[in-house]
Amino acid sequence: MSTDNSSSDALKKDADEPAAQVPAQKATDEPAAAATGEPAGAIGEPVAAAAPAGDAYLSVRDLRIHFQTDDGLVKSVDGLSFDLERGRTLGIVGESGSGKSVTSLGIMGLHRTSRARISGEVWLDGEELVAADPDRVRRLRGRKMAMIFQDPLSAMHPYYKVGAQIVEAYRVHHKVSRKVAAERAVEMLDRVGIPEPRKRFHDYPHQFSGGMRQRAMIAMSLVNNPELLIADEPTTALDVTVQAQILDLIRDLQKEFGSAVIMITHDLGVVAEVADDLLVMYAGRVIERGSAERVFTNPQHPYTWGLLGSMPRLDRERTDRLNPVKGSPPSLINVPDGCAFHPRCPYASLTGGSSETLVPELREMAPGHFAACHLADDERSRIWTEEIEPKL
Amino acid sequence: MIAAIVLVLVVSAVTFAIFFLVPKLGGQTTTQLATQYVGKDANPESIAAVKKNLGLDLPIYQQYWHFIKAIVMGAHYKFGPDAAYCHRPCFGYSFKSHVEVWPEIKDRIPVTFSLAIGAAVIWVVSGVAIGVVSALKRGTLFDRFSMGVALAGVSLPIFFTGMLLLGLFSYKWVIWDNVQYHSFTSNPGEWAWNLILPWISLAFLYSALYARLTRAGMLETMGEDYIRTARAKGLPERTVVGKHGLRAALTPIVTIFGMDFGLLIGGAIITEQVFSFQGIGAYAVQAVTDNDLPKVLGVTMVAAAFIVICNLLVDLLYAAIDPRVRYS
Repeated sequence: MSTDNSSSDALKKDADEPAAQVPAQKATDEPAAAATGEPAGAIGEPVAAAAPAGDAYLSVRDLRIHFQTDDGLVKSVDGLSFDLERGRTLGIVGESGSGKSVTSLGIMGLHRTSRARISGEVWLDGEELVAADPDRVRRLRGRKMAMIFQDPLSAMHPYYKVGAQIVEAYRVHHKVSRKVAAERAVEMLDRVGIPEPRKRFHDYPHQFSGGMRQRAMIAMSLVNNPELLIADEPTTALDVTVQAQILDLIRDLQKEFGSAVIMITHDLGVVAEVADDLLVMYAGRVIERGSAERVFTNPQHPYTWGLLGSMPRLDRERTDRLNPVKGSPPSLINVPDGCAFHPRCPYASLTGGSSETLVPELREMAPGHFAACHLADDERSRIWTEEIEPKL
Repeated sequence: MIAAIVLVLVVSAVTFAIFFLVPKLGGQTTTQLATQYVGKDANPESIAAVKKNLGLDLPIYQQYWHFIKAIVMGAHYKFGPDAAYCHRPCFGYSFKSHVEVWPEIKDRIPVTFSLAIGAAVIWVVSGVAIGVVSALKRGTLFDRFSMGVALAGVSLPIFFTGMLLLGLFSYKWVIWDNVQYHSFTSNPGEWAWNLILPWISLAFLYSALYARLTRAGMLETMGEDYIRTARAKGLPERTVVGKHGLRAALTPIVTIFGMDFGLLIGGAIITEQVFSFQGIGAYAVQAVTDNDLPKVLGVTMVAAAFIVICNLLVDLLYAAIDPRVRYS
């Protein structure tokens, strides 16, 4: 389950921001050009994963998503592995450009550009998706795996009625009459808590409020009972009271349908509320992974410390200002050598220089809890207990 | 709707002011205008009579009032012994030929309309199709080639393409040996056959324009979040493009089309000149070269009315296409 393998190509990873736009503009080609990447590359990867990764419902092995751009190769996701069981929620956190969204779109097979190079394996319910026929992946999309997007206003088609969009999502995968599908859509609108669903069925997205729109989006995603639900910053565009409602809703629906959920966010508060497991990404790689409880109570990576330290908290005394993680995410044209985080890491000097040359491996710090850091274990636990924890 | 009527009135006032006041400011007297009407056997009595009959001696606001009234209700003109009634919409009589303006324009509408409608069908179908395919196959040979041709198309003036087509197909290869307008009702086959060259020369420019517009719109639309959502739903690509992409990309095209078409009905001036078609455009050119004020006014008003009607239709259509317009 190691996350990186060839430490030789360690030092390049890149933003998901520019990368995410590339496929969008380039919405061209046939589906064939989409997610295939080079299966040949995937075979040679020395991951501990020739075995299709146990019986997890979703299992990602050494996923690499690179984009060829004019400025060079952007390694948005570079060797990502994780498992997710049904009924569990995985939180993926990281700053902008850490590769969160690229990962989710990669799992869904939505990188449709000849510039995207995708390798590694994505196993969904025993089926490998990266090398699969794009049309096969399309049939799974929306049915077995569905996605909730960040901004429901731009994510819903402005010219079609909300009901019609849900009906469409249902009828792609179910050979039923319009009427049956409409019944189903109304039922879903009702289920996600939209009042007067029969009436709202005929409204356009712009007639919904932000929270209602996100509910409708969720209804659309869940209309086919997907077993994997990816929520990409589902509450970022909403105000705080609505955020809580939407999170509750997702949690309830997960309980009801038993789906596996990936919650992508930069908001640790959101993650703390819903996630069972946590995966912290930095510059396209995992730097810490474990159960949410472990990562919150006993984080191992200085970046995670920084994230936790930068959270505004109401239950603490108010200090002058928030403590952000110093510096900004790496310029992805020139990713730092060694540990990508070292230029911002206050403890980089304690590693005897190895953080500037060697890419840290993910190591198991405690059962099920991994982190990629050069700090010696005793040093790390000392810093945590003496310097970081008291301030949180 | 009210805005449209007001707009027509404003257009009428402005045109009226330009064509009656400007000559006066330029030193042309009403006597000279009247002389123009009377022609070569002018004498003081006939000029005075014409001034009176045409109301040229009245104050300008009264002249305008008569002008508008004649359009709406028709008007009586008294020419000494023989009184004439000019049916509505009355734009008066040509200064040169003394023929009523409106019937002449009316006879020419089918010519211009035939020209515009056929060309519009060609350019919309070809322009949009080429634009969509170019956008979907961006960067390919097809895209580069068609966008190259489109660039040439928007750069080439109609009189050039028209002359070129005429030169090649009519004079060199003699496929159409004598291009002239036939009325649709008398002979639909001849009508279509003779319009092919004018259609193509008119449509080429617009088709190029629309191909570029559609391509740009399509590229933008296909990058929208809702397209990603459509794919995330598992829709097949042809539905994503045809239903979700095209619908949004075509909306602005509809607006532009309405305006272009309205303008064209007001006279495909150059095309009509090149192919010697007696349409509204040719009439307008003749009116201006003759400095024949009633004809100029008449043709301007008719063209303005067409443009206003087309814009009105576009507004209605737009509300039908874009629900956000409808409700806000």
